[in-house]
Amino acid sequence: MTVAEMACALNLEEIAAGDTQREVTGGYAGDLLSWVMGRAQAGDAWVTIMSNANIVAVATLADTAAVILAEGVTLEPEVAELARTKGINVYSSAQDTFTLCAKIAALL
Amino acid sequence: MDEALKFHFVIDGDNFTSAGEASVEVKKKLRQLGFPPDVIRRVSIAMYEGEINMVIHARGGVADVLVYPDRIVIILEDHGPGIEDIDLAMQEGYSTAPDSVRALGFGAGMGLPNMKRYTEEMHIESTLGVGTTITMVVNVQ
Ligand SMILES: Nc1ncnc2c1ncn2[C@@H]1O[C@H](COP(=O)(O)OP(=O)(O)O)[C@@H](O)[C@H]1O
Ligand SMILES: [Mg+2]
Repeated sequence: MTVAEMACALNLEEIAAGDTQREVTGGYAGDLLSWVMGRAQAGDAWVTIMSNANIVAVATLADTAAVILAEGVTLEPEVAELARTKGINVYSSAQDTFTLCAKIAALL
Repeated sequence: MDEALKFHFVIDGDNFTSAGEASVEVKKKLRQLGFPPDVIRRVSIAMYEGEINMVIHARGGVADVLVYPDRIVIILEDHGPGIEDIDLAMQEGYSTAPDSVRALGFGAGMGLPNMKRYTEEMHIESTLGVGTTITMVVNVQ
């Protein structure tokens, strides 16, 4: 499943888009950045409620396929712009982390 | 012996927003140089944690990365407060990060343990009131 297909299936709101044809190969949920850095795998959909600029560096370094902001969290315009310039896919959803993860797992 | 490719970065201690940029730059360079994904991943994790620590705990510092064909050496040097008890600091979950920093998702106390886990060698030299130098080696295999 590509990032674009996942976004469509989960009815996600696009905040920033890079390569949305990238394959989603797994998922990781977490808000503590050291855990995400150390445990998320390349190609994961990363579900979080963190919205500060540091998520862009973490998503870049961990090489996640997309960041999904749960619980209706969105990005400040500057952070969204940063994500865009770095080519990071970021989406927002009103659903909670558990629900999003369950749906992603079902799609994978 | 073999010449290293050298990269030098100044890590701004007042800027949380740009924290991680040096690590992202190194990742990009290693990718261009064709290093294996696993090596790039381990360097990225170790350097990012070290870079963030310099911003959070030490008012910034400098990072030097030496790229050899068979290994990557990361040297992080700061003139922050130093680490009082290195064994304690190395324990998973130990953190002195303030609440303001925790609210950003840092301060899990997993930084130093991650740096150790994802590198082949890690040396910490720290003197209270003088600063900290951390040297890490990731082998290419
Ligand atoms: N460069 C540094 N200068 C001073 N103290 C540091 C430095 N790096 C780490 N420390 C100390 O070691 C502790 C553990 O570090 P770490 O495992 O990265 O956890 P965290 O950064 O989440 O607190 C920090 O809370 C801090 O007290
Ligand atoms: Mg740390």
